[in-house]
Amino acid sequence: MSPTRRSWLLALPVFALLLWTVAFPNVAVIAGSFENGLGHWREFLASPSDREALTTSIGISIASVIASVLVGVPLAFLLSRFEFRGRRILRAVATLPAALPPLVGVISFLFLYGESGIVTRSVQNLLGMAEAPWRLTGVWAIIFVHAYTMYVYVFLFVSAGLERFDTTLDEAASGLGAGSWVRLRRVTLPLLTPALAGSMLLVFMTSLGSFSAPYVFGGGIRVLSTQIVASKLNGSLGLAYVETTVLALSAVAGLILFRRLERKRKYTSSGKGSATRRVLKSRKAQVVAAVLSIATVVVLVLPHLMIILVSFAVDGAWTTQVLPPEYTFENYRRLVAESQLWKPIVNSVSMAVIATAANILVCFVAAYLIVLRRFSGRRMLELLVALPWAIPATAIAMGLAATFNRNDVMSGRVLLVGTFWILPLAYFIRGIPLVATAVESSLRQLDASLEDAARGLGASWLLTMRRVVLPAARPGLVAGALLAAVTAVGEFVAGVVLYTHANRPISIEILAQLRALAFGTASAYSVLLIVLVLIMTLAARGFEERVA
Amino acid sequence: MSSGSLALEQITRRFGEHLAVNEVSFEVPAGELLALIGASGSGKTTTLRIAAGYETPDSGRVFLDETDITALPPQKRGFGMVFQHYALFPHMPVEENVAFWLEARGVGRSVRLDRARSALDQVGLAGAGKRSIQSLSGGEQQRVALARALVIEPRALLLDEPLSNLDPTLRQTTRDELRSMLHRAGVPALFVTHDQEDAFAIADRIALIRHGTLLQIGAPEDLYDRPASLEVARFIGRATILPAEDLGERVAVTIGGSRKEFSLTRPGNNGRLDPAMVVLRPDALEISTDDESWRGEVVNRRFTGGSAVYRISMTGDVVVEVASSEMGLREGDVTGIKVIREPLPIVRG
Repeated sequence: MSPTRRSWLLALPVFALLLWTVAFPNVAVIAGSFENGLGHWREFLASPSDREALTTSIGISIASVIASVLVGVPLAFLLSRFEFRGRRILRAVATLPAALPPLVGVISFLFLYGESGIVTRSVQNLLGMAEAPWRLTGVWAIIFVHAYTMYVYVFLFVSAGLERFDTTLDEAASGLGAGSWVRLRRVTLPLLTPALAGSMLLVFMTSLGSFSAPYVFGGGIRVLSTQIVASKLNGSLGLAYVETTVLALSAVAGLILFRRLERKRKYTSSGKGSATRRVLKSRKAQVVAAVLSIATVVVLVLPHLMIILVSFAVDGAWTTQVLPPEYTFENYRRLVAESQLWKPIVNSVSMAVIATAANILVCFVAAYLIVLRRFSGRRMLELLVALPWAIPATAIAMGLAATFNRNDVMSGRVLLVGTFWILPLAYFIRGIPLVATAVESSLRQLDASLEDAARGLGASWLLTMRRVVLPAARPGLVAGALLAAVTAVGEFVAGVVLYTHANRPISIEILAQLRALAFGTASAYSVLLIVLVLIMTLAARGFEERVA
Repeated sequence: MSSGSLALEQITRRFGEHLAVNEVSFEVPAGELLALIGASGSGKTTTLRIAAGYETPDSGRVFLDETDITALPPQKRGFGMVFQHYALFPHMPVEENVAFWLEARGVGRSVRLDRARSALDQVGLAGAGKRSIQSLSGGEQQRVALARALVIEPRALLLDEPLSNLDPTLRQTTRDELRSMLHRAGVPALFVTHDQEDAFAIADRIALIRHGTLLQIGAPEDLYDRPASLEVARFIGRATILPAEDLGERVAVTIGGSRKEFSLTRPGNNGRLDPAMVVLRPDALEISTDDESWRGEVVNRRFTGGSAVYRISMTGDVVVEVASSEMGLREGDVTGIKVIREPLPIVRG
């Protein structure tokens, strides 16, 4: 069989699956928005609340980008350029917010900084105020939570950029008489632009699709993602489709904008960089750095501690006190003992496992075709695989709702909405870009001629795959699968749109418990989610160590 | 100390347990080119970085024109530095790279671009100001780096492996250009290289450094013809080094039982060396079959253009390298060699 024919033979099922599950739902949403001509679009344009939702969504996203940059960039500089007491512990906890599933982060903020939160009440008691000093609602609350969880992207990207930074450029500039401000403005920052743009894009996309924060403390605030869910619940499906299309288009516009910025400024440098951290010399600077880093560590760790604390609180007992008054193990016992409470855990884990297994299989083949095969469908495949990344989760969920809502073989539709399988499918789609990108970057390190060499040595195609390609892809597969599984097990947005009582995931149950004011049970679930994420991370690391 | 000179005095630098530079002292007068040569890890780059101010010595001092500048940061030294990979700013076009020093000083744009243009003229890159760094060849990048170092009217020039990134043909021509450009600048110039051919071709004097210690400093021919030690003799140039007998005025060399005497040159003012080694350079020997010669068999022949280099296995298991204008010999031929250039250098064995 010729290599091209083999490529197509492998590619056809992957193409069919991706066109059906990734491309088709988007088409269905757009088609749905035009189902009575321009009617739904006129309705959208005429609705003040929808216009407000669009501007608020974009405004919050831009503000979240700015806030994340303001926190992430200085922290990255501080940790990679300076040595001070407390640096190690600060470095260790700096990425902690990213380990919180989105809804869990929001809840912990509610317990900490909400109207009856611990920090809020402490400040209130301390100052002897009659009312809470602030209310955690509205735009500022959303931006606050976004900055906390999303600065990590900026921090990680900029830290990596600084790690790669060719320090001889800095030395050259200082030898040419440039002071630290000129070096920063003219050399360091311009060269960090790609890293910065990449992370800003990630923050922008994540906030644009963010659902948990606006949903929980939006108050009267409307954003597109919550508006979509509201329209769908009201039965205005056509309007929901328009809102979904607008949200997806805003995301794509953001993507193009930031990518252009990233590309324009991409340089490879050949020099070797030996980054040395400067030790803070003056006593004053040492003290300030130590105090600031301890304060930052506390702020970063507090949400995790808070969730753990409340998970032992007796449901319904915590009302007006600063701290929950009574503690118990009952919440955890009930999660395991009561089948109604145990069910969501089984659901989330099994749906995440199914979705991730499918991701591993499909994304490995797709990445193999994209990186190592030359055939005419390559660019198209690349695009399909990246598409779910550009589309906010709410839009993906709406697409599935619009596509798999009835059995109609002629239009390629199968009834999955209302069944168990719709959520694993949603998780699978969200996982595609995560796993595929990771595997692609692993495979790119494999010299394409290695595969030819193995074939030249008489190895069959299957042996070559097993002994050459698969081992090369493995690190990416493990990392990507971990990311996909972690995202799936804590997934909330697609769940809100698509869950049924039978397949309700943990996050939906957390929300239900919260509504019932069962804070202890909601927190116990949250702790369980964090533990699940931890176990998966350790398992992936253990697997890598054993195999490598 | 002469005026305008750059001097290092008893410089020592440790990295943890590792002694990178050990009590190194030397002086580079204005207008002189000193090459610091040594294998990788010998401490030559650390020495250069200390001269530039990027490293602080644990002990010892750096002087410029008799002023102690040990504690002065790089940006205040006013030295022109050419980095190994040039360290050109990839996001600025050529002229902005060259004019960066002026920009850091707040010089207006039109003035600094004028100056950049004339600096680019000096290095033979007129009209390249608007080009991007990525579009330049390795040789052009090297010239931009040099222009950037020259534009500041430096008080000293420091170059870290300035030729190591160039391909061999470009290297030949660049050596000559570099030498004349550095001389024209009229300031002390210190450059680091691991390539002794570069050092021979460019430098006025060479300082050989090994394991952080300065072994010998002098004109290239000094290091070649009067090595201070066995280490120097081995590192500089090609040589056959054989045990010999220091007779005071003369040296006795025995190959295959045949003993011959020659005039000698000895490092420093040492008395007789025992044990002594004689350094036979390929160009101090010639193919000869007369009665005065030692006998041997050609084991390898290498054509080098105007001459051929033979490896000749002498009786008694000694292999000697000879450069000769005689081209006709082949592997397996029986022939002989004799010394044609005296005195022969000897070193302590």
